Amino acid sequence: MTTHSILLSGFGGQGILFAGKLLAYMGLIMDKNVSWLPSYGPEMRGGTANCNVIISDDTIGSPIINNPSTLICMNKPSFNKFVPMVEKNGLVVLDSSLIDIKGERGDINFVEIPATQIATDNQHPKLANMVMLGRTLKELNLGDESVVISALKKTIPNRKIEMLEVNKKAILAGYNFT
Amino acid sequence: MEKVFSKPHVLTDTPTHYCPGCTHGVIHRIVAKVIDDLGIEGDTIGISPVGCAVFMYNYFHCDFQQAAHGRAPAVATGVKRVHPDKIVFTYQGDGDLAAIGTAETVHAATRGENITIVYINNSIYGMTGGQMAPTTLMGQVTQTTPYGREASTQGFPIGIAEMLSTLEGPSYIKRCAVDSIKHIKDTEESLRVAFQRQIDKKGFSLVEILSTCPTNWGMPPLEAMEWERENVFKVFPLGLYKDKEINFYHKDVANADEKAIKASENSGTDCDSIKEED
Amino acid sequence: MSDKVLMKGNEAAAEAAIRAGCRYFFGYPITPQTEVSAYMAKKMPKIDGVFLQAESEVAAINMVFGAAGAGARAMTSTSSPGFSLKQEGVSYIAGADLPCVILDVVRAGPGLGGIQAAQSDYFQVTKGGGHGDYRLIVLAPSTVQEMATFTALAFDLADKYRNPALVLSDGILGQMMEPIDFDDVEAGFDPSKIRDFSDKPWATTGTNCKRGQNLIKSINTNPVELEQENIERYAKYAEVEKNEKRCETIGVENADVLFVAYGTSARICKNTIELLKKERVTAKLFRPITLWPFPDDALKLAAKNVKAVVVVEMSHGQMIEDVRLNIQDKPIYFSGRSGGMIPLPADIAKVAIDAVSVIKNDGSNTYEGGRE
Repeated sequence: MTTHSILLSGFGGQGILFAGKLLAYMGLIMDKNVSWLPSYGPEMRGGTANCNVIISDDTIGSPIINNPSTLICMNKPSFNKFVPMVEKNGLVVLDSSLIDIKGERGDINFVEIPATQIATDNQHPKLANMVMLGRTLKELNLGDESVVISALKKTIPNRKIEMLEVNKKAILAGYNFT
Repeated sequence: MEKVFSKPHVLTDTPTHYCPGCTHGVIHRIVAKVIDDLGIEGDTIGISPVGCAVFMYNYFHCDFQQAAHGRAPAVATGVKRVHPDKIVFTYQGDGDLAAIGTAETVHAATRGENITIVYINNSIYGMTGGQMAPTTLMGQVTQTTPYGREASTQGFPIGIAEMLSTLEGPSYIKRCAVDSIKHIKDTEESLRVAFQRQIDKKGFSLVEILSTCPTNWGMPPLEAMEWERENVFKVFPLGLYKDKEINFYHKDVANADEKAIKASENSGTDCDSIKEED
Repeated sequence: MSDKVLMKGNEAAAEAAIRAGCRYFFGYPITPQTEVSAYMAKKMPKIDGVFLQAESEVAAINMVFGAAGAGARAMTSTSSPGFSLKQEGVSYIAGADLPCVILDVVRAGPGLGGIQAAQSDYFQVTKGGGHGDYRLIVLAPSTVQEMATFTALAFDLADKYRNPALVLSDGILGQMMEPIDFDDVEAGFDPSKIRDFSDKPWATTGTNCKRGQNLIKSINTNPVELEQENIERYAKYAEVEKNEKRCETIGVENADVLFVAYGTSARICKNTIELLKKERVTAKLFRPITLWPFPDDALKLAAKNVKAVVVVEMSHGQMIEDVRLNIQDKPIYFSGRSGGMIPLPADIAKVAIDAVSVIKNDGSNTYEGGRE
């Protein structure tokens, strides 16, 4: 029985909630129990945004993540705020294009990826969230390509379906980053 | 022998509870005659207010709902939206419509809600025993303005017909009186236009009817009429305030353009990072 | 993969209302429930329904009064300060015996308070709140699926008893997404009857000059008659109490600690039960689903063999009063947060552990009152 408690955090506009929704849909497609809980309110307008995604074999109790098993971190304020909360042996995936701090905790695994740089190099700077997600999926060994594609189909509105391919590419760029 | 006068069919035989000399009875009869003449008794749903007319449902055969104080236009909106082909009217006094229910009145009007409001303005709260109304005249003595209404503490009277006629939504707004045969005939004709406007689905109509309250004004009925003519008519001039066909543009949402939908999807916390790719 | 979709609780409730035959929705914006209005605004015009943004919560509930009195399945939704405003209309609706559904997505108070989730509306939804003797049927979902199922159920119960029914949610349940299967939403409504009002012969549909007057009202100035109306309404409430109490008990039968919690708090208690296993404290959860009628007998049964009861709420303790009314022979403890703060499983667990150790030291489990 495994439970992934994934906290995604960054600035409003980085696609934090969307990346969370994609993760939740992946869980749903894999027949897991899932929950997705956003931060809401005035802080959404350009401030920090975060989102709690739980993917579990068990029924999900509280949708609020107090101690994430995985932290996907896309700005400095959330790095400082959330790293201390990550559970022991947990994972932190951080966008090293935006966060120049080194993680000091020895009991968790820090994975750095210059996601914003990679996304910019691929002509889609706003898809850093997908690059981050790809890297996380690899680290967690979660889902496979077909699951990712099905989840993208569920989350990308029909009128934007042409965006599926570039999103997939961005996820793969993150997944294959070494 | 030819029958030249009879009680309107929609009125019941129940004796009214109104005070002697009160104009509610006259106005009820006019409303009833218009309902009869237009042949809409079976289609009409009335909304009674809080105030002296709260029990008016006892005097009409048609369906009725009794609303909370000031909320009759909102209740009428709910009824009308469910039964757009029925005739829905409210009957409200000045305390109900112009004080506690101002928001409901203004917004039903500005939506162009296809209802008719019969608005009775007698410058006083009658049922509670004669307190100041938003329409009480300057200097007028009431239970709560024992030294006469004074602007520094009580402000000035509200002209509902004037105020609502500044809005785009209403189709027909008229101020009438029932102090004379001439004015009674004019009120009947105005109510006929107002109800017809609704039947034709042309939007919001309101007829303000200046009335007397002999009991709370502390005057015999005829003296009250005289006082009304000399004082109230000057503050609330009779006449037609708005008469305009409103064109309600109806959008075909079945083929609504993608942009509108997109704008709403991108608001709030909807997760749509894809939009950032634009 | 199933046909499940991910949906926010607010949207799931809105969709369920439509599936239950609601075509008249009157809203007013307030965080954190605005998605309900947004969803209705988008869907209603496409299915020949009405979404209307009212000028206030007061107007919205009175529009519901009118539409419900006219025979339709009508709904409004709001959050706590807005429900305070709606209380006038709710009292009139109850007094006129009209069916309707109200969704309250609770936020922290009092006053304007904050926009984060809370459970501090328990008093105002279960104890009347508005004036006069009346009751609301109150359903408390704890999942997005239940947001939908209970909204549809609320319409059925409202029609069955000609009484307003309320779905008590909170900011978390409204904003979170979970998988939902609308096949599981039991709506006892025949879509072909949306504009057929024949099963509501009391509704104001116009007499068509073929029947007597239908009258929707709450006024009666004759004390003898008004008391009789109240007596009849309370007979109806007795029926509701007999038939509609709903609850869920989760966990091992012979637990030491009984948590009592609803909605989001109940979910947090599930995590707490897991946490307590590591501390060798056995706990179970009693979750009221109907907050009125309160599932009193089931609570007594669930509490029978426990050593202590811990009530968990996102408030300073409101439902705890109903728990105290039903459990006199056990210590009752409270663990709660307010203001939009959410109780932590570890903090709740500590209260439970303390409760059990106090009892062990006492050597008894029968002291008066308990403490918070």
